[in-house]
Formats: sequence, structure tokens, C-alpha cells
Amino acid sequence: MTTLLEMKKITKTFPGVKALSDVDLSVEEGEIHALVGENGAGKSTLMKVLSGVYPHGSYEGEIHYAGELATFGGISDSEKKGIIIIHQELALVPQLSIAENIFLGNEVARSGVISWPDTYQKTEKLLRKVGLKDPPATLVEKIGVGKQQLVEIAKALSKDVRLLILDEPTAALSESDSAKLLSLLLELKQQGITSILISHKLNEVEQVADSITVIRDGSSVADIDCRKEEVSEARIIQAMVGRAMENRYPDRERNIGQELMSVKDWTVWHPEQTDRKVIKSVQFNVRAGEIVGIAGLMGSGRTELAMSIFGQSYGRNISGEVWLGGQKVDVSTVPKAIFAGLAYVTEDRKALGLVLDEPITKNVTLANLPGVSKYGVLNSAEETKTSEYYRKAMNIRTPTVAQRVVNLSGGNQQKVVLSKWLFTQPDVLILDEPTRGIDVGAKFEIYSLMNQLAAEGRGVVMISSEMPELLGMCDRIYVMNEGALVGELDAAEASQERIMSFIVRK
Amino acid sequence: MNTPEENAGQSKPSIRSYLTLRMRDYGILLALIVIIAFFQIVTDGVLMRPVNITNLFLQNSYVIIMALGMLMIIVAGHIDLSVGSIVGFIGALAAVLIVQWNVPVIVTIFACIFAGMLIGAWQGYWVAYWKIPSFIVTLAGMLIFRGLSLWLLNGQSVGPFPSSFQLLSTGFVPDIFGVGKPNMTALAAGIIAAAAIVYLAWRGRARNVAYGIEDEPYSFFLGRNIIVAAVLVFVSWKLASFRGLPNVLVSMAILTVIYTFITESTTFGRRVYAIGGNEKAAALSGINTRRLNFIVFVNMGMLAALAGLVFAARLNIATPKAGNGFELDVIAAVFIGGASMSGGVGKIVGAVVGAFIMGIMNNGMSIMGIGIDYQQVIKGLVLLAAVVFDVYNKNKA
Repeated sequence: MTTLLEMKKITKTFPGVKALSDVDLSVEEGEIHALVGENGAGKSTLMKVLSGVYPHGSYEGEIHYAGELATFGGISDSEKKGIIIIHQELALVPQLSIAENIFLGNEVARSGVISWPDTYQKTEKLLRKVGLKDPPATLVEKIGVGKQQLVEIAKALSKDVRLLILDEPTAALSESDSAKLLSLLLELKQQGITSILISHKLNEVEQVADSITVIRDGSSVADIDCRKEEVSEARIIQAMVGRAMENRYPDRERNIGQELMSVKDWTVWHPEQTDRKVIKSVQFNVRAGEIVGIAGLMGSGRTELAMSIFGQSYGRNISGEVWLGGQKVDVSTVPKAIFAGLAYVTEDRKALGLVLDEPITKNVTLANLPGVSKYGVLNSAEETKTSEYYRKAMNIRTPTVAQRVVNLSGGNQQKVVLSKWLFTQPDVLILDEPTRGIDVGAKFEIYSLMNQLAAEGRGVVMISSEMPELLGMCDRIYVMNEGALVGELDAAEASQERIMSFIVRK
Repeated sequence: MNTPEENAGQSKPSIRSYLTLRMRDYGILLALIVIIAFFQIVTDGVLMRPVNITNLFLQNSYVIIMALGMLMIIVAGHIDLSVGSIVGFIGALAAVLIVQWNVPVIVTIFACIFAGMLIGAWQGYWVAYWKIPSFIVTLAGMLIFRGLSLWLLNGQSVGPFPSSFQLLSTGFVPDIFGVGKPNMTALAAGIIAAAAIVYLAWRGRARNVAYGIEDEPYSFFLGRNIIVAAVLVFVSWKLASFRGLPNVLVSMAILTVIYTFITESTTFGRRVYAIGGNEKAAALSGINTRRLNFIVFVNMGMLAALAGLVFAARLNIATPKAGNGFELDVIAAVFIGGASMSGGVGKIVGAVVGAFIMGIMNNGMSIMGIGIDYQQVIKGLVLLAAVVFDVYNKNKA
């Protein structure tokens, strides 16, 4: 066997962050090579280095491809050499047909005039290869995600692919579609096409991979050759999460009381794909003074669960019950959910949490304007006083509360969002990735605040992709996977390995 | 931070950053002054003659009335292209009711305003509850209500109106002091208004200073208020030396105050800005975005109806073509006044000043005898320049 790709000591730094450091990756001709690691470990960055999204010169290290030193200046350079990357978010135009999508930018044309017979003929040939039976003129929006994935692969084949990179190809697929895709990968391997498969689903990796590279915190930590040794999920998991835990979490005295909130038989359907269940009969509860974690990978349905509970802000045909303080409550709209005592701090604070161009004052009071007004007339003195109070209480670093939030750092923006929700006096707060994109110091402050909220007897639900954070903060952790809660762990018995094993267990 | 010494120490280096931030607010005031000065000179003082100033208000009243509603529409992130057609339709409706059916004037006025609200509700329903883009809904409305006014009037002009109806537009407030000329009511109203504005500004500033959130340098605050007060007194003096306060100016001023209050001091206004600034965040903060969008359109329909009545009263006749192209003047006024196409930004005062800039340019160029062809070109360029100025400033900040 010859080596097709050899990435040596790749280091990539962004301002202030080292995304990759001395990563080695070696892929042999004709194999399926799996790349695994946690969210944010650096897998996608590595693939962007390979495909030329980050051009030669913007990283350190060497890439040898097909026997020569590769110096790609952009995606088109790597595509010419047969390296095709299929991203998690598909790059198809929904309103165009399958054939048009496959040859987009690469049309079968003479002097700019498209030859449709040739296009359709070639498309049919490609579709046969990937096992798709739909007519080439079908619009892409009319076929499901699984088939769209196949169209992407057909598109790659049309470009004479030699090394196919798939980034989480089965994340949005049903089980049967995933199985089809994996067998297609094996077929392509027979035809001599090499693939790199990025995946969280270790059972899939086990099923098809010839070798595995594990990336953790921007470094390659393990190379496993599946042809030579027996691979166990446990071994991969250990390599994925095996990092030292520091004491980055403030201590707190646990004082857990009665059940505060309970969600029963919560089921949610996808807003557009009407036959897809996103949340499957989920049950969970939160007690007073308790911090409950929801672990799971991106796309496991955590945000969808939280948003569907918070005033049905996501999904359709929602069924199930929400109980707060021993009473069944109506949470069918956001105002009703707020009235019932819920607050939801979104994972995407810029798009969903803040009015960026407005000052801190107006953002802090937005969810509870009646609290600073009488008969619908705002009391701006009261409003300023309120936001001043939160500026001090939350330690929002800004000269004045008249500052527009767009000018604040991520951590301070998050404190504004939290202030907004604290001002609604909620009983239960659902925090969705509360520390995403903020620095270590601000993280500690947010953790302390969560402890304080719990000490006040509120319930806190913390959704996070960072397992150490969940382990460090929570009293109890639910594990979510593919829309269902697949495990529940007490803090005492929880570990990253145990959480991961719930996630990857089928 | 709260002590005066510290504030004084801070204000010096921040004047420049303050100016870049507030360039727009001062820029439009400056532009208004420059335009007034320019036309005053090139028209040999005709612009500032009492009769012309009175005319300016009468000519632009309906644009300003509609700009109040359009500002809220645009702040909420929408647009309304149908207001010109609504003006025509309501004028036609009033004419048919009063002239052909002999309905009492006061009943007609209320009926027409109610009709305007219904039209707004019709359009708001599609925009708010069906998420149809407002551009499409109101483009359709533009055709529908133009067509309906043609149908109502049978393609003819209908008029004249009784004099009690004409008072809506061309009447003047009688001089309660009985002096006659100069009209003391007008002068007193101007002085009282100026005093009230300065007092409110001063009170607001004192409160902001107490909280340490005032960022306008004192000299700017003083200068701005002196100019505003002086202009008000000056204009009221000019009006006083002609026929006094036009009725329509009084209603316009009252409406401007009401809408400034609504947009700046009520939860309703705050929520409209939040919707325009980030609709998703607003919805997740418990704001009923659909209902608010709906109300904003109902309000626009109401104001367009009022403008339609004022316009019909001024022309003293209803024609099928009435209000043609008004939507463009109104929208231009709001954008010249600093509103943002993407929503969430804009002020009532800005929209009113924007309307005056358009109005003074129309008036000044007509006095100069510039043809309608060049007038349009110049107005278009001014609109473009205002928005380019906005974008340039935003990129620089």
C-alpha cells in the first residue's frame, strides 16, 4: 500500500488561539480513514487546511499528497488534484435540479451554452453509481437529506475525486439512510477512492474504518490501525476525552429541595420535514437548588428540546406536559412560558439573545418591560436604575449602561443576556451553552452565578457540549442522543467515559 | 464616574468620538439649516416670507403626517408603498359621502379614519400573520386602492367640499388675544413650545447626568437647544405676521409630540424597535411580534386616511389621481431622517425634519423656477446622498 496523503506537524493559529498544534495525519491509498474527536477538537480546521480553505502559508507544517508537496492556494487547487470535501451543511441549491447541482460551476457546455442531453446523460450515469433512482431533473428541495447527501457524493464523483472527505455525513440522517451511505462508502473504496470520514458515531467508524486518527484539543493523540488490532469503543473514547481536569469550577454547598419542574412525555416534530420526530418522549425533572446538565453532541436535539419547551419556539405538533411547582402549566407561547416562571438563555446570543445595536439598558429590560413601566409608559429612571443594578451585580465591564451591546466582549454580552432573564424573576433557567465563546475568567463568573441561582432555590438546566463543564457544575446529568434521553447520571457516578458511552451506544 | 469632576475630565477626549457616533443627528439638523440658508439666498428672501412659510406647512402637512406612521413601519423592518393610493381612496370616499350622499362632515371624517384603519388591518394581516413581505402586500395595496378610488369616483373628479370640511387643511386658529396682526396666539404658542422643549431636554439631561450616562458635551447640548428654540420662535413670529397658526400645523405638532412619546417612552414603542433590531430575539423575549406588526400597519392606515382627508380638503376636490407618488416622498423623508432600511433605527423627529428638507427643496426649487425634471433629479440625489452618508458613517464608526 502506498501513502496517498501525509500531513506532517500541522500547526494553525488564529488570533489568540492555537487551533492545531503539530498534528500528523497519514492516509493510505484506497482506505477509509476515520477522524474522530470532540466538538472543537480541531477536525474541521485540519480538513480546511488540507482542502486549501486556509491556503498554503497560513499554517505551519507540510502536506504531501500523491507523492508531491502540496501548496494549495484555495479550494479550486485541491479540487483539481481530486480532493473533494463534503461539508456538514450541504452546499446544494435547493431550487435547482439534481443535474444542475451536480454540474454547478462545472457545466457541460460549449461556449457557455449548456448541453442538456449530455448533462442528463452524465447525471444518470453518476446517480447509478451512488444508487440514486430519482430522475436528474428532480429539484433538490423535493428529495430528503439522505438523498441530498448522495447528490453531493455524485457531484464529487463528477469531478474525478481521488480523496473524498466527509464531515459528519450521517449527523442529519435516519438510521437506514446512514446504513446506505456507509455501504456506498465501502463500494467507492472498491473502486479505489480513498475517504476521510469525520464522525462522532463510533459504531459507524468501527463498521467501515480501516484506520482511525483521534484528535483532541488540537493535537493528534492516537493512531489506530483497525486491520492490525482489535479496536474497542472504550479505547477510542478514552483517547477522545483523556484530558486532565483542573479545578476550574467554584465550590458550592448543595442544598437540594423539592421537585420544581418536570417535563413529561415531551415529543416534537421537525418544523419542515413533517415525518421526522426531533424529540422523542423525553421526561426529565429539576429540583429546587439543583443544577441539572444535559449532555450530548451537537445535533442531538438539546437546543430543540429547550426551545420547544420555551413557548414552542421550535418544532410543530408538540405534545407532552410541563409541570412547575406541582402544577401543570401552559407554555404554548413565550409570554406564557415566562409568566409560568421559565427563562431560556439561547446558545446563539447574537442572533437570538440580543438586540445588538441597542444599549445595555434596553436589552436588560426587554423581557420584562412591565417591570419598568406603568400603564405602558416607560419609566426611564427606573430602567436605568435596573440596568445599573445588574451591571454591578453581574460585573458587566463597561463604562456606562448606555453602551451598545455590540461593543461588549462575548462574556459581557452573555452577562447582559443573563441579566435580562434574571429580571424576569424565573424559577427555572435553561442555559444553552452558557459559556460558549467566552474566556476562562468570564466562564468562572458565570459558573459562580449559576451556583448563586441554585443557592437561591431556583432550578438550573445547563446544556453543554463541554463535558468537563457539566461534570464540574451539575448535580445530575441527563445524556441526550438523537432526540431521546438515553441516560441519567448522578454527579458522583458520572465521568466523561460514561457519558460518551451512553452517546455512542446504539 | 458620577462625580462632576470625573465627567468633566472625561468629556474632553470624547467630543470627537461623540461626534462620530452622533454625526447623523447633527448632520440632518445642519443639512436643514444649510438648505434653508441656500434657498433663502437664491430666492432673494422669498422662502422666508410669512406667506411662504405658511404655505410650506400647508403643502407638506400630509407628508409629515404619513411620515410619522411610516417611521414606525420602517423601524419595525417593513415598508408601505400603498399610502399614496390610500390618500387617493380616502379622498374619494370623503367626496362621495359628503358631496354625493350628504353625510355630515364629522361623521364622514370618523368613517374615513375608520376605513383607513381597516385598510391598514387588511395589509397588516397579511404581513404579520402570513409573513408575506410587506413590499409585496403594499405593492398590491397600491394597485388595489388606486383602482378602488377610480371606481368610487367613476373616473371623474368630485367636489367641491363644504367649507366646514376645508377647515381641516386651510383653517387658522383664531387670535384669542384679539390683536389680529401680529397674531399673538401664534407667537405665544411658539414661545411656549420652545420653552417646553428646552425644559424637557434639560430635565432629561439632568437625569442622565445623575446616572452618569450622559455623553453629549454641555456645549453641544446648549447649542442644539438654542438653535431649536430660536427656530421655533422665529417661525412662529413669521406665522404671526401672516394669518396665524394653521389648523393643520396644530394637529401636526400634536401628532408629532404624541408619536415621539409613543416611540420613545412606551413599552409599545420599545417593542417595535426591538422587533426591527432583532425580531427573533424579540420573540424569544416574550414579545408578541405578530400583533405588534399588525398594529403598526393599522396605525399607518389611520394616518394615511388622515392625510387623505387633509389633502382632499386642501385641493377642495377629490380626483382619481390624488396622492399619486406620495409614498415616495414619505419614504424618502423617513430615510433622509436617518432611519435604517434594515429596521430598528430611526426617530420621529428625524422623519419630520426629513419631510421638511424634502418640502423646502420642493418649495425653493419651484420659486426658483426649476423645472419638474431637474427637481426630481435633485431630490433623488439628495436622498441617495443622505443614505450614503449614513452607511459611510456606520462603516467608519
